[in-house]
Amino acid sequence: MDLTPIWLTLKLAGITTLLLLAIGLPIAWWLSKGRSLIKIILEAIITMPLVLPPSVLGFYLLLAFSPQHGVGKWLQHTFNIQFVFSFPGLVLASVIYSMPFMIGPIKSALQQLPASLSQASYSLGKTRWGTFVRVLLPNIKPSLLTAVVLTFAHTLGEFGVVLMIGGNIPNVTRVASIAVYDSVEQMDYHAANVYSLILFAITFIMVIGVFVFNKYQLKSPLE
Amino acid sequence: MISVDIEKKLKTYRGQQTLKIARQFPAGSITKIYGSSGSGKTTFLKIIAGFIKPEKGKITVDKITWVDTGASTFLPPQKRGIGFVFQDYALFPNMTVKEHLEYATRDNAWIERLLIIGKLETLTQHKPEHLSGGQQQRLAILRALAIKPNLLLMDEPFSAIDTEMKLELIDELGKLFNELRTTVLIVSHTPQELDVLTDQEIIIS
Repeated sequence: MDLTPIWLTLKLAGITTLLLLAIGLPIAWWLSKGRSLIKIILEAIITMPLVLPPSVLGFYLLLAFSPQHGVGKWLQHTFNIQFVFSFPGLVLASVIYSMPFMIGPIKSALQQLPASLSQASYSLGKTRWGTFVRVLLPNIKPSLLTAVVLTFAHTLGEFGVVLMIGGNIPNVTRVASIAVYDSVEQMDYHAANVYSLILFAITFIMVIGVFVFNKYQLKSPLE
Repeated sequence: MISVDIEKKLKTYRGQQTLKIARQFPAGSITKIYGSSGSGKTTFLKIIAGFIKPEKGKITVDKITWVDTGASTFLPPQKRGIGFVFQDYALFPNMTVKEHLEYATRDNAWIERLLIIGKLETLTQHKPEHLSGGQQQRLAILRALAIKPNLLLMDEPFSAIDTEMKLELIDELGKLFNELRTTVLIVSHTPQELDVLTDQEIIIS
């Protein structure tokens, strides 16, 4: 039984979650402060993966990063980086595809904090960044955890988008969800069942963990 | 000396109105501000603190310009050195009583003194959710005082504190303001209770 797809999936979900945490926190913070046309457009772009069929997103990423065209050709020639049919390509696609799951809950939680919290901190001479780290972030912990778990779990279950940009290359891009599909195609129901059960168990434990943690924080994980 | 001459449009349930205030506050003075609901008392304090920008006007403090809309001058709130007591207290849910004060200052002796004045010395490890309304309000006052502000802005600072504690606290604060030479502006719905503390008043209507 080859468990590489499971390790590959966990590696992909871990890297994607860490990258999205780094990118998503400042974007969510910026989006939470006031409204402007630029913010509305950016928010719409970030939300698109929620409503767009994953294969459509995967198709455009495949075209954009193909070594034969535009950006992909430039990346290949200049930095010798190839995103198509490679693990970095899966990470890129996952970051784009899971972005709304990270940014949505954090932005919403920051918007719900009263403005007077930041103002009180500013009146004590604290910078915007200091206020964000010491006052705002600690007070949205339940939503932060929800965002991290949703992003991780969502990346575990990606199929269409990773298949389009990564294909099905063993040990490179063959993640668990693709391995399940591939095993069924080959009538290997036992392998498909093992992959599925492992994915089911991991996501179930994570979701239970969020519910338990957020219960102690007196907040529903779905808020 | 604090000199304020500002204009700000307000949206109220009665429609749009303009808040216009031109006034000077001598250093070390204590002023009570009162007026009807929605008249702009809180907005006035927030304009001085730098949380809200006026449409027109100028604020100077000891010859330093904080706001001058004509010259596009705006000193950020962090650099004004003001203490602000919020109507909703604005306490940080993640911090204990002591952490609130330590967040504002590193002067431990000053923190200890403030805790005694606010009668919170036995509650230093409590977070706001485990304090009563009156205790929360006292903590909000102590936090604002922790930075030893030259200017203290207080928005309904005694509304949740019981009468006995209020009289005691007002007495203590009076001594403290005198010692620190702090200029104080206090918004109140019951201005008569501040008579012993204040030396001038503004009515915003």
